[in-house]
Amino acid sequence: MSSFVSLRGVTKRFGELEVLRNVDLDVGEHNVVCLIGASGSGKSTLLRCINLLEKVDEGTIVVDGQEVTNGAIDVNALRRKIGIVFQAYNLFPHMTVLQNVMLAPRKVRGLDRDAARAAAMELLKRIGLADKAQEFPDRLSGGQQQRVAIARALAMNPRLLLLDEITSALDPQLVAEVLNLVRSLTEVGMTMIIATHEMSFAREVSDKICFLDAGVIWEQGSPEEILTKPREPRTREFLARVLEGGRM
Amino acid sequence: MHQILHLFADPFAFRQVLPDIWSGFLINVHMMLIAEALVLALALLLAVVRGLPGPAVKPLRALAIVYTDFFRGTPLIIVAYAFIIGIPGLRYAGISGYSNEVYGIAALTVVYTAYVTEVYRAGIESVHGSQRMAARSLGLSYGQALRYVVLPQAIRRVIPPLLNDFIGLQKDTAIIGAIGVIEAGAQANNYASEYFNFTGFVVAAVLFIYLTIPLARFTDHLIKERELRERAAMV
Repeated sequence: MSSFVSLRGVTKRFGELEVLRNVDLDVGEHNVVCLIGASGSGKSTLLRCINLLEKVDEGTIVVDGQEVTNGAIDVNALRRKIGIVFQAYNLFPHMTVLQNVMLAPRKVRGLDRDAARAAAMELLKRIGLADKAQEFPDRLSGGQQQRVAIARALAMNPRLLLLDEITSALDPQLVAEVLNLVRSLTEVGMTMIIATHEMSFAREVSDKICFLDAGVIWEQGSPEEILTKPREPRTREFLARVLEGGRM
Repeated sequence: MHQILHLFADPFAFRQVLPDIWSGFLINVHMMLIAEALVLALALLLAVVRGLPGPAVKPLRALAIVYTDFFRGTPLIIVAYAFIIGIPGLRYAGISGYSNEVYGIAALTVVYTAYVTEVYRAGIESVHGSQRMAARSLGLSYGQALRYVVLPQAIRRVIPPLLNDFIGLQKDTAIIGAIGVIEAGAQANNYASEYFNFTGFVVAAVLFIYLTIPLARFTDHLIKERELRERAAMV
């Protein structure tokens, strides 16, 4: 089976520190893969290597049949088809919600103002925030801001969506609205790689779960395999601690 | 007391000197406006150049650093002498034939560009890297991310210190007057040496103060408004 995203032997160092070690990962089209593991285990770095926000030191990454790690690729063209959403939303504070969603379609896809506006309003309607279109981000709750960030990524019609702990900075009562939106994306077949601490969500939406620790994928498999019958002692230990913390 | 009033605030001298000082003051305002517009544009360019990534533009970055170091460290009056006395003295056809006012504006621009570059740079660096990252991740190029995401935020943040530098620039137009442009300060000086009366200096000073106070209050207003906004964003 050919996969949409494929990592082979990916190693990334920050100075002396190896944050990713010899990572192999395949993600099929329309599949959802969740990355679990403690903070600092390399989940975010892995996501950022895929859209070249970080440069890998060794190994290859292929996205949609195109090797992205050979240095010759058009980075901006690659990023057009890969959306990423961050833990801290990173909305543009000087722009309204609507402008946040319209910026990249206008400047990168070259849509004219009316087309970009219509598409953005359509997206905002879909995420239930059409009435906030003219607000600035700091007037929105965290959950609303994160939904706008997802809409901003979706506005580029990405083939792949990377979600980097997008609920970790949210108040508990705001988590559900964001996860519901992500759930609706799985239903339309969006290919996604999700770094998350939400284990029950991961169990529900994943085709595959990968457990990372110290930059290594120790095991990967179906949610059942990883969350119920983990083989690796490290995975068991991690899950036991998650359970203890009541996040399972 | 009477003597002081007579020397510094004489009604007769006031009426006599005011027209000249006013016409001189218009030259101050003129120099200030042109220099400020040039400084805003050139300093932004230099600040952007200093921030460009990659080894290919290293010489450009170095040039920008040398420029700011040099002109931030040189007193304006020395630069003004060099421009107003020096450049005409070179007798180069292309650059030596302009009026003192033009050289004065050039001196002000060159010196204040160095200051303002640093102000812009501080603003650019104050925009968190995650903003640039978010822009780039959407497929925006380096230049687009700078133009649409980083600079609008950076410039908004540095407006108060920019206005502060412009208050300095307004006053420093008088330094140009000391070398050969008949602006308000020079008119006052001419009057003083002719009639041994300093009322003109007071008049010129009051005019400068009238010009800076609105700017100063506007700066205060902007700072206060931002504080309120930031506090509102925290709740």
